[in-house]
Amino acid sequence: MRSFGVVVFPGSNCDQDCHWAVREVIGAPCRYVWHRSTDLAGLDVVILPGGFSYGDYLRTGAVARFSPVMEAVADFAAGGGLVIGICNGFQILLEAGLLPGAMMRNAGQQFVCKYVNLRLESAATPFTNAGQVGTVLRIPVAHGEGNYYADPETLAALNADGQVVFRYCAEDGAITPEANPNGSMDNIAGICNRERNVLGMMPHPERCSETLLNSTDGRLIWESLLQPMAASL
Amino acid sequence: MFKAQITITLKKTVLDAQGATVQRALYNLGYESVDHLRMGKYVELLVNSGDEASARRQVDEMCRKLLVNPIIEEYRFELVPVK
Repeated sequence: MRSFGVVVFPGSNCDQDCHWAVREVIGAPCRYVWHRSTDLAGLDVVILPGGFSYGDYLRTGAVARFSPVMEAVADFAAGGGLVIGICNGFQILLEAGLLPGAMMRNAGQQFVCKYVNLRLESAATPFTNAGQVGTVLRIPVAHGEGNYYADPETLAALNADGQVVFRYCAEDGAITPEANPNGSMDNIAGICNRERNVLGMMPHPERCSETLLNSTDGRLIWESLLQPMAASL
Repeated sequence: MFKAQITITLKKTVLDAQGATVQRALYNLGYESVDHLRMGKYVELLVNSGDEASARRQVDEMCRKLLVNPIIEEYRFELVPVK
């Protein structure tokens, strides 16, 4: 079974939720990794959790990307290790250049905290292989800066290579401007790298992985990650 | 020693939603002549260097490494000698 690590930055606040979802709900081995540590030994999956690392000072994720652990995470990813950044974790991956593009303040200028619908756009990743393209997931978002931006060439490449993993959608799966909570380009809610071993997503699957929490749609991510190595990409 | 005065703004090609909101607020206050409002950041720091070229090089590097995200932002700065 894959072993998980949750990185804890100063200001992370979804680290315990991720740890709980993986260890208590899914039942996979999971440990915390303090941001000053560079020890990722024995881990198969590294989670960069949500929160407000370094108080979101300067830009979201801009300071956290220089934490010692991030060099280890970059090496880990380069060696094929699986990395998932959720919300602030996604912002950190963008700042670190492990994923293309940048995050901007929500177009509506407001912090958005609500359930949204996501259309699964690619099941050909280790993070989503338990789902099917077109599946609509109900997962909550909570962010002030989730307005994804990429220059036209990068955006075209993401779309062409199937690197867009989730888009904000209506209940029936339609990709509409009304379903977009933050002004994100092409309704992008999550993307992966070309190698498909690094995923960034703004919505919080760890907040909806058990029935007590209103939705269990977030389990798809953890269950995909538990598929045998050979079955994943 | 030099004081660096760094101005960071969103690139012209990037929609500045915050700037648009502030501009609209000014409009509503009656300042209808206002246009092209851009929000940004201002960073001020001292560089302990006697050599202006070296100070310039250092500040430029700081901007590229940390202070500015070149995907969405652009920057300019001035160096003022400090005694």
